[in-house]
Amino acid sequence: MALRMWASSTANALRLSSKASLSPAFSLHRCFSSVLDGLKYAPSHEWVKHEGPVASVGITDHAQDHLGEVVFVDLPEPGGSVSKGGSFGAVESVKATSDINSPISGEIVEVNTKLTETPGLVNSSPYEDGWMIKVKPSDPSELGSLLGPKEYTKFCEEEDAAH
Amino acid sequence: MTIPQSQKIGRPLMKLIRLRGWPILQQLHIEEQLLRTSSENWCIINDGTKEPTIVMGVSGKPAELLEIKPVLHDQVPVIKRFTGGGTVIVDGGTIFVTFICNKDAVPDLQPYPRPIMSWSSLIYNEVFHGTGDFHLRENDYVFGNRKFGGNAQSITKGRWIHHTSFLWDYEIRNMAYLKLPSRAPEYRSARDHLEFICRMKDYISRSDFIDGTIRALGTYFSVESEEMEAIQSGRSTKFSPSSRLLTAQEIESALCELESRKSVACSSSP
Repeated sequence: MALRMWASSTANALRLSSKASLSPAFSLHRCFSSVLDGLKYAPSHEWVKHEGPVASVGITDHAQDHLGEVVFVDLPEPGGSVSKGGSFGAVESVKATSDINSPISGEIVEVNTKLTETPGLVNSSPYEDGWMIKVKPSDPSELGSLLGPKEYTKFCEEEDAAH
Repeated sequence: MTIPQSQKIGRPLMKLIRLRGWPILQQLHIEEQLLRTSSENWCIINDGTKEPTIVMGVSGKPAELLEIKPVLHDQVPVIKRFTGGGTVIVDGGTIFVTFICNKDAVPDLQPYPRPIMSWSSLIYNEVFHGTGDFHLRENDYVFGNRKFGGNAQSITKGRWIHHTSFLWDYEIRNMAYLKLPSRAPEYRSARDHLEFICRMKDYISRSDFIDGTIRALGTYFSVESEEMEAIQSGRSTKFSPSSRLLTAQEIESALCELESRKSVACSSSP
């Protein structure tokens, strides 16, 4: 499947309310985060790519950019199950653990073991080498309630603009 | 302390728990439970913890972070906590301050690590009023270029926790249990612990710090005290916290791993 890059005009800025003064050291700006065609997205910034009987899951470019350098990825063992919206693991970045939530329900059939040694793949290749788990969906209709590329791009823009 | 009624309007509620000398493992368990099972905003202040204890972040490896032989010899407890970040050794001279918030509790605050830290530094800016050149430097709380507060976070779908261990005072000998971490901020410039950290007591009293923190929180929240007993009685028996004490066996295994790496290095050198 050919994948096209959608560039959003997301500004990745650390903006607080006007009463606060922001330290210049913590103002990060990016012009856009990449959003790929052919994937579906959750509002919690995970993506899912459904190919035949298996769906791959990871976190989006928007998410990895906001999180900072990923230094550790905590993933489950294959054979377990995930529920739509439920947490299945966590990433550690900038002194924080952040939950990763599954966009779909199903059985975990494969886990990306490369992330143990090279957690930075989540930053450098969030949609490809940084994939996290592969799931056999128990209810493929759940994909219908996820965001498409354009909707997710707009969601990110609105979220960043609101902050 | 009375906050005028007019100032309370529009600010979300934050429940305040004040503790003294609570064991840090218990504190971490309560924190994780409140993060995961409560829908309210919380501030927990624990003024010191009785027993010197090493607390590592979620991905911490004892072999890399600790001087294992003295830790084992002196039977220093080692905890792995549920939040990210580095390793600290805490004791009665440590003041713990924790914020647990819903993601929309602070207007315009994105629930990611750097914005959260940036916001928390505003709270402490108010507390220190520029004393000692306080600022947030590469994710640490410092006076000048010396760290006195280490913080860490955990972010879930709808909530986050930011907790800090402040070195109001510390024992020099305790720092000897910690190695120089391989992942350190640039401003540390390879300084050892005693050149890198400083004591908060040289700048502010315990009570002024704690009272100042509660007052600063009042800018963003309507703060109300809560008793620990009320939380403990309402605790869910189904929740299982992930922060835990490492067993002696686990720490001994780390020592074996370290020694086997050294002997491989020795055998492979010319």
